[in-house]
Amino acid sequence: MTETDCVECGGTVALHDDSEVGEIVDCETCGVELELLEAEPPVLDRAPELEEDWGE
Amino acid sequence: MSVEIGLLYSRIRRDEKLLLSELRDRGHDVQKIDVRDTTFGVGAAGGEGFDADDTENETSDAGDDTEEATDAMSALAGCDVVLDRCLATSRSVYTTRFAEAYDVPVVNDPATARVCADKVETSLALADAGVPTPETRVAFDTESALAAVESFGYPCVLKPVVGSWGRLMAKLEGRAAAEAVLEHKATLGHYEHKVFYVQQFVAKPGRDLRVLVCGTEPVAAMSRSGDHWLTNAKQGAETAAFELDDRAAELAAAAAEAVGGGLLGVDLMEVGVAENADIADADADAADADADTETESRYTVHEVNHTVEFKSLNDAVDRDVPATVVDWLEATHGAETDDTGGTDDTEQVIAE
Repeated sequence: MTETDCVECGGTVALHDDSEVGEIVDCETCGVELELLEAEPPVLDRAPELEEDWGE
Repeated sequence: MSVEIGLLYSRIRRDEKLLLSELRDRGHDVQKIDVRDTTFGVGAAGGEGFDADDTENETSDAGDDTEEATDAMSALAGCDVVLDRCLATSRSVYTTRFAEAYDVPVVNDPATARVCADKVETSLALADAGVPTPETRVAFDTESALAAVESFGYPCVLKPVVGSWGRLMAKLEGRAAAEAVLEHKATLGHYEHKVFYVQQFVAKPGRDLRVLVCGTEPVAAMSRSGDHWLTNAKQGAETAAFELDDRAAELAAAAAEAVGGGLLGVDLMEVGVAENADIADADADAADADADTETESRYTVHEVNHTVEFKSLNDAVDRDVPATVVDWLEATHGAETDDTGGTDDTEQVIAE
């Protein structure tokens, strides 16, 4: 488990060891969705907003 | 022998994590390609002719924050197969086409992606193949769309031609609602919203069915139940394993074949069962019908998904879905598995 800071609120975000670049994690403090941009060291940014053609 | 697998993505969902874990556990080399950071060259613009450093130099006047981009042709060159897991339909349609242009096998192939990405194309493909699908009319003007709506009567359904997760779907209960929704769609801006896809409302027994198909073989299925008329898992529907009868399996296979086959999610609704009827009654009706020799379909196929999500299915069924998918990938792309992986397709049991 790795910890880093939320870019929105500064709260602590815990990342599982099997976290993947491109994965979305929720900040448990403020609820914002964050995207993992880099794994080592972890770099987070706000996740992209929902686009109209997302889905399956 | 391991396989080099490219995974096109823009977001790693739990579905992609399940696949990545299964592929890596079996010793395959996986190259994740974030399509947001990638450019796709046409002809000589790609491959060795592309130099990200040159691009950076040419744009240096605009500032130092120009990021380098990966060249898709180079990134895909070493891949034995590419798996399209793009979240955005537009990216999926184009990136699979580029993979094909670069002579890299891609799952699903671009023709399948194109058909599945557009509900009009899907409906036409299903109808051409004789697969039962809800009656549909397409119009390009609000007046003719209203005529189409009135021809079905109320309720009927208005769907976007491109879209997922039940978004922008409208169940029209009367003329006033129809007029309002059509006017709103006409002013949304994008031309696709002016393609009015009107469909009969199918009264289903509070659930629909999702079937995962590999190639043209149904491999797992679940029901999605809820009080809302939309029963997508994304809408909060409850999921449960569903045992396909012969007719449902046959239709799922036929629907998959109609769109070109591949790794697909086929959605079916049961017909001839009262809306929101007790699920047990629906199952009993199905059992009774199994005993009949009548050929009339008890199902209708309303959707085929080409970048199918399967995490809910994996949770609902005993079968290990990502293992089954990787089994199929290995079988269809000539790979041999090492001693640590590979499963008998018919004996796979989930470890929960």
